[in-house]
Amino acid sequence: MSKHTLAVLVENSPGVLARVASLFSRRAYNIDSLAVGPTENPEISRMTIVLNLDGHVLDQVMAQLYKLVNVIAISEMTDASTTKRELLLVKVETGSKATQIAAIVAKFEAIIVNEDAGFMTVQATGEPAQIEGLLRELTPFGIKELVQSGLVALEKGSAALSDRTLSAQGISTLHEIGTQADYQN
Amino acid sequence: MTGASSLVKSLEAAGVDVMFGIPGGAVLPVYDPLFDSTIRHILVRHEQGAGHAATGYAQVTGRVGVCMATSGPGATNLVTPLADAQMDSVPLVAITGQVPSAAIGTDAFQEADIRSITMPITKHNYLITNPDDIPRAIAEAFHIASTGRPGPVLVDIAKDALQKMTNFSYPTSIQFAGYKPQLQPDAQAIRDAVVLIAAAKKPVFYVGGGIIKANASRQLMQIAELLGAPVVTTLMARGAFPDSHNLHLGMPGMHGTVAAVTALQKSDLLITLGARFDDRVTGKLSSFAVHAKVIHADIDPAEIGKNRFADVPIIGDLAQTLNALIPALVAEFKKNKPDLTDWWRQMSSLRSTYPLGYDLPADGSVSPQYVIERIGAISGPDSIYVAGVGQHQMWASQFVKYEKPRTWLNSGGLGTMGYAVPAAMGAKVGMPDTTVWAIDGDGCFQMTNQELVTCALNNIPIKVAIINNESLGMVRQWQTMFYEGRYSNTSLHSKRIPDFVKLADAMGCAGLLCERPEDVDAVIKEAMSINDQPVVVDFRVFRDAMVWPMVAAGTSNDEIMIARDIAPDWDSQEL
Repeated sequence: MSKHTLAVLVENSPGVLARVASLFSRRAYNIDSLAVGPTENPEISRMTIVLNLDGHVLDQVMAQLYKLVNVIAISEMTDASTTKRELLLVKVETGSKATQIAAIVAKFEAIIVNEDAGFMTVQATGEPAQIEGLLRELTPFGIKELVQSGLVALEKGSAALSDRTLSAQGISTLHEIGTQADYQN
Repeated sequence: MTGASSLVKSLEAAGVDVMFGIPGGAVLPVYDPLFDSTIRHILVRHEQGAGHAATGYAQVTGRVGVCMATSGPGATNLVTPLADAQMDSVPLVAITGQVPSAAIGTDAFQEADIRSITMPITKHNYLITNPDDIPRAIAEAFHIASTGRPGPVLVDIAKDALQKMTNFSYPTSIQFAGYKPQLQPDAQAIRDAVVLIAAAKKPVFYVGGGIIKANASRQLMQIAELLGAPVVTTLMARGAFPDSHNLHLGMPGMHGTVAAVTALQKSDLLITLGARFDDRVTGKLSSFAVHAKVIHADIDPAEIGKNRFADVPIIGDLAQTLNALIPALVAEFKKNKPDLTDWWRQMSSLRSTYPLGYDLPADGSVSPQYVIERIGAISGPDSIYVAGVGQHQMWASQFVKYEKPRTWLNSGGLGTMGYAVPAAMGAKVGMPDTTVWAIDGDGCFQMTNQELVTCALNNIPIKVAIINNESLGMVRQWQTMFYEGRYSNTSLHSKRIPDFVKLADAMGCAGLLCERPEDVDAVIKEAMSINDQPVVVDFRVFRDAMVWPMVAAGTSNDEIMIARDIAPDWDSQEL
């Protein structure tokens, strides 16, 4: 088992998230994280899905995803070719250790976004390893609560998932409509 | 016009000539313009019947089957046929009424979130709340259902969208951002397949239902005769290749022939055409055809590598794939053609040593296999045979001899008991001049026989053979084999209650009874002579007949048994 990150462009239509979630559930694929949001095109949403699975299952997952009519394009986001980021908000008990915590926060290029009533809320963005490192160092101080976004990823350089849609590749997706008789070969 | 009128006009524009359904509150607006439409609407007695009838219609005609139901329970009653159609890749469009859009999400009367419910069991589905969206949704639904790997599409329409005014305009073209089935096979894949085929010493054509969906039986015949390799046809592919053909070894799988099962097991190359390595075919996957390379041709890329690694995947329409593969093989075989003499010597020996067969009951009662065999022989290969699920289904796949595609219908993937009567009804509507036999079990029949009323009232004269062993026979067989004969809850007492002849009569059908082996032919012929109403024959058969051969669930195909505790005599076979 290893971690794989998929970026998926989907039509921004009702129920798409449920379709994807339902597919992963019924095929017993385990999702580590799923982030979904708008893109530069208002008609298209982008999902970033982190999965823990055997490599040969990945092709199967991608093929199954692509069977969903609302799915437009899929690509694996490899470590080498993409920039990956997570967002963390973590509430730490400050006590008398504010200086020490601030030093750790600075070391991880994080930000203190709120400090009140003996608690400090720290915001960090970074690769998953950085986030994990920060959390490891903050844990001894007492973590009250934390929230993490799912991972998001974007290809480096000029490459873009949106270049891989059928229309971007100049493949016509226009279907002439006939009547039932035409459906018989 | 109203959204409902727009829907009916859209269905007409999509070429719908017949649909099966039941009205109810939320879908009621549709039934008013439907009253004036050219579309024949057949009023069924249960929505499940509408769904299976649409499937039967689709399976025999190759067209899209259409069914309609109201919201809530009407829609949930379609769940089983939709799941059935999804598993067996049947092109269906299901229309459901939904509560008014303002009431959606309030647990309103007869509200069920059928779009969410059917997400995992449809190819795609829609919830329409704006009447202007109806024509496009219908056009897309028919396109999606019938292209690529066929499947069911549900269109759920809120009642207010059916009632509001709209302008009808049926699209001449539609556009999808991502949906584009690949029809044309990759040229390199064809070349790779030729290399494997030319090098094979023990090739087998492993043929699935996709050949029938692709209308590629003619090409299958060409390629099979070109290579001269054994052909096996799965449960969904019976009829795709003539049973009378010398290359045909029959059906593989849990109840397949010894020759077909062993051909796959011992093969060095599976030429897989529109089949999906279902567990009922492979048995224990890790021991399935361990020496075989695999060519896997399918229209659905997600089938590639799902259960079995494919050495050469070929994505595309099977007719186009074979049209490309055949000339490439002709050219290759001019230089180099595999010699299959040794392979055929082994397979011929297995075929002649272990033909399908059955023992007649020692008590003189009627053999269920004999009944089914005689129906097939008397009614012939031009008739359509529709089975339920269980022992009678397996016997119907074994002992009726199929010569043509679209003459054998059954619920293969989902295994839906109760499929036969409504599916036969739909098949008869699609092919009114063809004799349609439902070969059903007494258990299955009691699940959906109400549609015989529909048949009787709508001049749909199907013929139903109830293979009445007064049991849930296949379950009983498993209890015999795996539960020490402890027959928990499998006795149906259906030689006592119900009286199937009276039941048939009550439903406007001719009811016939057959209790003696010597009467079987005469009763079948009598049933064949009645064509002005449906016929139901209660064949009272031997209770303890079992389906053989059998590969027990979860075991290896190598463990095939030809009768209880009897394996083929492998030592005498040169394999």
